[in-house]
Amino acid sequence: MPKDSGIGASDKRREDVRFLTGTGNYTDDINMAGQAYVHFLRSDVAHGRINGIDTAAAEAMPGVVRIFTGADFEAVGGIPCGWQVTDRHGNPMQEPRHPVLAHGKVRHVGDPIAAVVAETLAQARDAAEAIKLDIEDLPAVVDMKAALEDGAPKVHDDLTSNLCYDWGFVEDNKDAVDQAIRSAAHVTTLDLVNNRLIANPMEPRVAIGAFDRASGESTLYTTSQNPHVIRLLMGAFVLGIPEHKLRVVSPDVGGGFGSKIFHYAEEAFCTFAAKAINRPVKWTATRSEAFMSDAHGRDHVTRIELALDGDNNFTAIRTETLANMGAYLSTFAPSVPTYLHGTLMAGCYKTPNIYVNVKAVFTNTVPVDAYRGAGRPEASYQLERVIDKAARELGVDPIALRRQNFITEFPYATPVAVEYDTGDYNATMDTLEKIADFGGFAARRAASEKAGKLRGLGINCYIEACGIAPSSLVGQLGARAGLYESATVRVNATGGLVVMTGSHSHGQGHETTFPQVIAEMIGIDAGMVEIVHGDTSKVPMGLGTYGSRSLAVGGSAMVRATEKIIAKAKKIAAHLMEASDADIELKDGAFSVAGTDKSVAWGDVCLAAYVPHNYPLEELEPGLEETAFYDPSNFTYPAGAYACEVEVDPETGQVTIERFCAADDFGNVVNPMIVDGQVHGGIGQGIGQALLEACAYDEDGQLLSASYMDYAMPRAGDVPFYKVDHSSSTPCTHNPLGVKGCGEAGAIGSPPAVVNAVIDALQSGGSKVTHIDMPLSPSRVWAAMQA
Amino acid sequence: MIQVKMTVNGKEKSGEVEGRTLLASFLRDTLGLTGTHVGCDTGQCGACTVHVDGVAVKSCNMLAAEADGASVDTIEGQAAPDGTLNAIQQAFQDHHGLQCGFCTPGMVMSAAALLKDNPRPSEAEIRFHLSGNICRCTGYHNIVKAIMAASGQDVSAIAAE
Repeated sequence: MPKDSGIGASDKRREDVRFLTGTGNYTDDINMAGQAYVHFLRSDVAHGRINGIDTAAAEAMPGVVRIFTGADFEAVGGIPCGWQVTDRHGNPMQEPRHPVLAHGKVRHVGDPIAAVVAETLAQARDAAEAIKLDIEDLPAVVDMKAALEDGAPKVHDDLTSNLCYDWGFVEDNKDAVDQAIRSAAHVTTLDLVNNRLIANPMEPRVAIGAFDRASGESTLYTTSQNPHVIRLLMGAFVLGIPEHKLRVVSPDVGGGFGSKIFHYAEEAFCTFAAKAINRPVKWTATRSEAFMSDAHGRDHVTRIELALDGDNNFTAIRTETLANMGAYLSTFAPSVPTYLHGTLMAGCYKTPNIYVNVKAVFTNTVPVDAYRGAGRPEASYQLERVIDKAARELGVDPIALRRQNFITEFPYATPVAVEYDTGDYNATMDTLEKIADFGGFAARRAASEKAGKLRGLGINCYIEACGIAPSSLVGQLGARAGLYESATVRVNATGGLVVMTGSHSHGQGHETTFPQVIAEMIGIDAGMVEIVHGDTSKVPMGLGTYGSRSLAVGGSAMVRATEKIIAKAKKIAAHLMEASDADIELKDGAFSVAGTDKSVAWGDVCLAAYVPHNYPLEELEPGLEETAFYDPSNFTYPAGAYACEVEVDPETGQVTIERFCAADDFGNVVNPMIVDGQVHGGIGQGIGQALLEACAYDEDGQLLSASYMDYAMPRAGDVPFYKVDHSSSTPCTHNPLGVKGCGEAGAIGSPPAVVNAVIDALQSGGSKVTHIDMPLSPSRVWAAMQA
Repeated sequence: MIQVKMTVNGKEKSGEVEGRTLLASFLRDTLGLTGTHVGCDTGQCGACTVHVDGVAVKSCNMLAAEADGASVDTIEGQAAPDGTLNAIQQAFQDHHGLQCGFCTPGMVMSAAALLKDNPRPSEAEIRFHLSGNICRCTGYHNIVKAIMAASGQDVSAIAAE
């Protein structure tokens, strides 16, 4: 039964009121007294040597305050990378320097060369046009294969080649995998591309730097998913500002999807420049700037082989992937094709032998990093496409083939180093079969055919890993940070609570859902709890929100802190009622002594903590505030089964999504309405990847898709209503809420389902096509049908 | 500089603008009405949608000087003076039609323009009408549902709350 409060209730979102009335506080809504504006002059070539930057004429333009170039940043650090991957041979990855402003060379279209700070934005832009650049064009490398060839132009002259690392996982599995593939009854091979995407949160990135000479404190307002991470990276590694002299604020943030995790050069620039000119400096990205400076996503080229025995049991998986890093290493870029991708190659299946090889490659393109799903969509796409292909080659039902190979016993240690704590893949498939009405498909296909269309049904069973942890493990894998979360719960004297969480909400609704958890634990109204996030001066520490980790990790920290609050409050209540604290029970916001009618209200205990007239001062400090740091013992493993039905117009190759159903296992759910919304959004983005979106470069490294005129975002007419269900639930076994994470599932689960459906439709019309690379645009589908 | 005057959410407003100043910039930077958002530079995303003389307009594609003398309505003027949300705003909250909130002002203003002309639009009409408003968070499901609900249609049969 749906609940009407606490955990499991679809509370309406309290943050909506400000967003619906235009009173949100996004970074670009902030204007500081005396602020100047910066415009970045960016490279319009993919690769070139900077022989000269003449700013004399520009400096004389009206309103110009100061013009900065790479030379101004020689004394500060470069933009750091937060993850060091070790290659197959035990050597560290090649790690190039990433200057704040380009120095010596430009390495991608959009690389910032100079920054004009002026009284108005228009004046800054005008002056930038008067800067005279002398840039010697160099041959660019865009294609990853070409970038790895001997004699290819080098993106970084001081590295030995364009190879960042050659990674094998698990290296010890390699011989057994090769042997299993040699001796298999059947091997299905598939070459595919996971198309390069751009996250495209609707709010472009913004940064405002400020400096206070009196206190020596710098402040950065920025559109970040993790302000504390920015404070650490920028303060310690770029600008040399200790954390107590640096405040980072991320107020309302208009979507992130990964692209606002990373520390960007513009943040360091604005903080640096504000001190240099002693004025606040504001930068707001245009959309075209976002396209050429936000980290891109995906961009893998893969060959996958799936080996089966004579009974159609999976015996081995071997993959070879080229993963594009772009021109520099973005904050978490090296981890995406490795530990967020290789570790998931078992999927939902008990394949005994798996080996993953990834070569990460530098090219003259924008840096590539995590985008919604980050490595896991790439893993799921390969696996679920090759399984579908194998089912066709073997003439077996694709659902039956999947069910036959499902992992059914937990915990399950995969051959790729992770242990799934719990799951029930047959249960989610059962739910899917029910909600997707597979029984009615034949009739729907017949109706489509009557209308001259082809209809296809595609399935996908994804697994993902959320809340990447524990810190001790990720440290061994190369992370240069811990991956815990913290929360401070402050109870006020009159009983209201404020939670300072290191998680950050940029659309996920934490201000609504986090109080639901505390309300349930204490038995009070959720309206008594307020959430504070996104400001390093208010929240003690935080690792932020990405990888579907907020509730599983941040929520768990909040639960631990609240447990400490309750334990202390029980001691106070015991004192007030002259009882033993072991006998105190907390229910519906009141403390009572077991077996008696004695009781004291939550608010009275809180008041006693702050007005300790009758208080056990010899045993307890006054006050009621607790902090907890929570470091999970494992990832969580949400999983699900998705079904997509498409119609294809054989005359034009146009694909339309007719039905989309998702059956997910997220463990326990705090707010079903919000969880459904997260899945809807993920599916929308996944359909975008499958049918519409492509970040396109020409062979010279020109970015062809740098506006919404050229990059096809999914619109309302491109998608149907979705049917989503998360009733199949196996709660996570190792975090206190039993939650798994739901933010990325839709984006992971949907692309393979869409592509599988299109192939099914085309084959139903007699086509022999077995694969089309995403996006499945009309021209690609039509061309494939003609082959 | 050009002197412009317009009625914004029922109040007389004036200011000095450059010829190239966009209406979106005038609303945000001169009048401080930051509810109107700028999400792209090409008139594609619709986050900046406002009403000019009752017609939905992308304010990043109109010069402030062009709106001289016009009546402009923005998201800030949609709720009642006491803060009560209007029917569209309330339906967006009831049906979770927003997540990060950045596209939301444009969605609400665009939906208002649709319902003025077409008080009971079909799902297909709503999806077609929203072709000039991009949302990256919701997959549009709950936006379409909210607009149907705001127009008094029963949405209980639409899959998944």
